[in-house]
Amino acid sequence: MGNLRRFASLLALSACLVATTGHASGDSGHLEDSGIDPGDIHSLQRGARNFMNYCSGCHSARYVRYNTIGKYLELSEQQLIDSLMFNAEKTFETILASMPTDDAARWFGKAPPDLSLMSRSKGADYIYNFLTKFYVAEDSATGVNNLMLDGTSMPHVLWELQGYQAAIFKTHESEDGSVTTTFEGFEQISAGLMNAEEYAGFVRDTVNFLAHIGEPIRSDRRKLGVWVLMFLFFFYIIASMLKKQIWKDVN
Amino acid sequence: MSRIESEIGKPQGGLMKWIDDRFPFTETMKYHITEYYAAKSFNVWYVFGVLAMVVLVIQFLTGIFLTMNYKPAAADAFASVEYIMRDVEWGWLIRYMHSTGASFFFIVVYLHMYRAMLYGSYKKPRELIWIIGMLIFLTLMAEAFAGYLLPWGQMSYWGAQVIISLFGAIPWVGDALVEIIRGDYSISDITLNRFFALHVIVLPLVLICLIFVHIVALHEVGSNNPDGIEIKEHKGANGIPLDGIAFHPYHTSKDLVAIIVFLMIFCAVVFFAPEMGGYFLEHANFEPANMRATPEHIAPVWYFTPFYAILRAVPSKLLGFILFGLSVVLPLFLPWLDRARVKSIRYRGWIYKSALTVFTITFVVLGWLGTMPAEGVYVLAARILSVIYFAFFLLMPYYTAIDKTKPVPDRVVYHG
Repeated sequence: MGNLRRFASLLALSACLVATTGHASGDSGHLEDSGIDPGDIHSLQRGARNFMNYCSGCHSARYVRYNTIGKYLELSEQQLIDSLMFNAEKTFETILASMPTDDAARWFGKAPPDLSLMSRSKGADYIYNFLTKFYVAEDSATGVNNLMLDGTSMPHVLWELQGYQAAIFKTHESEDGSVTTTFEGFEQISAGLMNAEEYAGFVRDTVNFLAHIGEPIRSDRRKLGVWVLMFLFFFYIIASMLKKQIWKDVN
Repeated sequence: MSRIESEIGKPQGGLMKWIDDRFPFTETMKYHITEYYAAKSFNVWYVFGVLAMVVLVIQFLTGIFLTMNYKPAAADAFASVEYIMRDVEWGWLIRYMHSTGASFFFIVVYLHMYRAMLYGSYKKPRELIWIIGMLIFLTLMAEAFAGYLLPWGQMSYWGAQVIISLFGAIPWVGDALVEIIRGDYSISDITLNRFFALHVIVLPLVLICLIFVHIVALHEVGSNNPDGIEIKEHKGANGIPLDGIAFHPYHTSKDLVAIIVFLMIFCAVVFFAPEMGGYFLEHANFEPANMRATPEHIAPVWYFTPFYAILRAVPSKLLGFILFGLSVVLPLFLPWLDRARVKSIRYRGWIYKSALTVFTITFVVLGWLGTMPAEGVYVLAARILSVIYFAFFLLMPYYTAIDKTKPVPDRVVYHG
């Protein structure tokens, strides 16, 4: 059995090597932790409300069905119809943006992307940082720019809640004449309806919901996985005993 | 009374005999399973062949169910994968098993090949097994490459774009060849359709045939063992190798334990980390393919990256392509590059032991470099390691010939 134990540790080791070498995609810079809790049903419900009120006008989530949201967020069909379904008739429909895509592409230069899988392609932390790091930029058509995505065509939809902030950049000139710019921090210019903490919570709930719709079965698979591993472990004991019995006469 | 009449009503050995008179069933079972003798001293390195078969079965079964719900068209492919993930009953499990299975296929096959390098399994009389095995590996690479296009994500599209365009470096016929592979002037719906055909019919068929031949060839000469000794040279009075035990029930009962341990690791990934930090499922592949937006960083899936790093280390496109191809094909010649008189690393000298250690590190680091952007120190490192990679193979005839080997025992070393 020593061999098999070694085999297990070998595979586990290779798995760890793969897992620890880091994120394969090229996201740069430091990301603030979104601090989302996928198990917090109330946060997810608030996130769904935020999404439908502030995002779904322009962004679709075209792989996500209302009734799936209801199932995981513990909302009844009537609750879905009353508080989430603004432009859908039946609960099996998917979330489509209110704004026509062709017009959107013309108005913004680029159609707002579908958000079903944004949390899986960019990561929850990225979205959290994106939504909290808009800053005033006079030269931009929308009046704002974003620290995470320079030159974004998305306006600061949540300005009413967050207010406007300015970004403070410092330029350094080194001896060889090259100029580098570093971000120093934000300065609140105008107050929003929420203070910084409330706004962070608002964004956190929304991101939590986006992470959920990225892979709704995530909590299911983890629960099931525990049972599967327990079964395999039990099976492993039986198989080891069988092997021992059969190998008795090998010397 | 004729002979036929006399046999009527008498027991003749039942259904088994009826079948055996018409098909060599019992004979085949004996030859390949119950009376196939392999060394009792097999260690953990000897489970990866069986595990490769397990993964093959997983890929076939899950692949069949995926095919029932997948749409091989540029307009529908991405959405149909999400449909499988969200709306098909247990679709997410089938899909994660298939995507995880692809990576595990390579983990298992790389370890299986490494076993051959440790114990000289490719040496005489097993050269043909090794060559067929290399053909299986090449087919598997093509199979995985074709399969990776199917989800039609950004990495599917741009990964394929980069790799297929490599063929354009070939003089004279390059551009035409690229068009033939794509079936279009860019990667398109047509490319997706033909890759689907390759992935679900052509390449699996080739794989099955090659694996069949691989095993038939193996059972003809018999399995190697950690000591690199031919167990058939010491047979008992009953004609059975003294150090051999029957594949069934001995090796099968041991393999069963290995399969369960493997499944535990496999399931841990499927249920708890199916993306494996972006290595098994790349993050950018959750964005639909967009031919007008190139991702800032294109990296093939991890199992291609050692060779990809070699490709990028070379400044010339054509030479890079040649060395890339050579790096994949070179192990095929191992049976003739290796001049050592002993098979197993246990009885080899320090030169081969050091060479193999350096090669192992080189291969892993090249794999890591292939996932990183090709700039600055990474390129330099990839160049140095590429030289080492080729040196390991090309200098092998010299260093294995002069390496001082230890005497090989007559019988296998077995500690119970």
